[in-house]
Amino acid sequence: MHRDTYFRGMREGIPVMLGYFVVSITIGIAARKASLTAAQAGIMSLTNLTSAGQFASFAIIASGAPYLEMLISQAVINLRYCLMSCALSQKVETDMPFFHRLFMAFGITDEIFGLAIGQKGKLDPWYMYGVMTVAIPGWTLGTLVGILSTGVLPGSVLNAMNMALYGMFIAVFMPAARDNRILLPIIFVSMGASALFQALPVFDFISSGMKIIILTLIISMGAAVLFPVPEEEA
Amino acid sequence: MRNYIYILVMALTTYFIRVIPLTVFRKEITNRTFRSFLTYVPYVTLAVMTFPAILEITDEPWIAWVGFLSAMVLAYNRVSLFVVSLGCCGLVLVLQLI
Repeated sequence: MHRDTYFRGMREGIPVMLGYFVVSITIGIAARKASLTAAQAGIMSLTNLTSAGQFASFAIIASGAPYLEMLISQAVINLRYCLMSCALSQKVETDMPFFHRLFMAFGITDEIFGLAIGQKGKLDPWYMYGVMTVAIPGWTLGTLVGILSTGVLPGSVLNAMNMALYGMFIAVFMPAARDNRILLPIIFVSMGASALFQALPVFDFISSGMKIIILTLIISMGAAVLFPVPEEEA
Repeated sequence: MRNYIYILVMALTTYFIRVIPLTVFRKEITNRTFRSFLTYVPYVTLAVMTFPAILEITDEPWIAWVGFLSAMVLAYNRVSLFVVSLGCCGLVLVLQLI
């Protein structure tokens, strides 16, 4: 039972692995510019697993800023993981052993969370472990490839692999929109607002990680007040 | 050495953010508005992250648009995650090579 779920997680995690491999190549290239060693870049990817956070860290490391600044910047940039962790806390069985919560938490990223929350019914932690088993090596190895070499893969292949990652996101939220009528307009409002935030130069001072947090909070709160989920489904 | 301390600070901060809600909220939250909020969060976040960033993937925007729209239609029609993801990936690869 857990075994099947674990292997399904691995299979469904393959697009994540491919996407991570590509994105983390760019992380590796950025790490070299910040004069990190390959070992440091690899350990960072293995222990952090956060694209926006790692990108932001290179400027801080290169400038030799205080450790406190690193702490604050990572906390702000990765705040969305806190929201995702809240959502996951309601997705698992309430009597799930505590150690599973400790292990699962390590794998909360945009993509792994997207897969986990898309599961029907309660979430089996082994599903997340399956995804993590393929995704974490993809992220770490991509970083190493990026820092140790340049131009291994042609640009068109990198672009296509990047598309696989977004295709996966879409495959998580669109089927749900079909089951729940109110989700479709919410998704389009989210995309529209995001495009607006991106296009208007007034918002240029807000980092992309921060934009995601702001839009998520405002739109989700608005939707929760206007369209509360019926008691039995919530 | 200093770089390893930076990495340690990063890793601990990021892990705490991820682990605290999951270990603190061990019962079902009963407040209806908060539950509704948590229900919507994942979909809003994913939609916001996908669009418009997806349009910047390829050098020619129309190719990214084709990938985006085909993934939306396939996913809405409940085609499996794996097929949607690798399908739009393959489509975009081919269109770039033509």
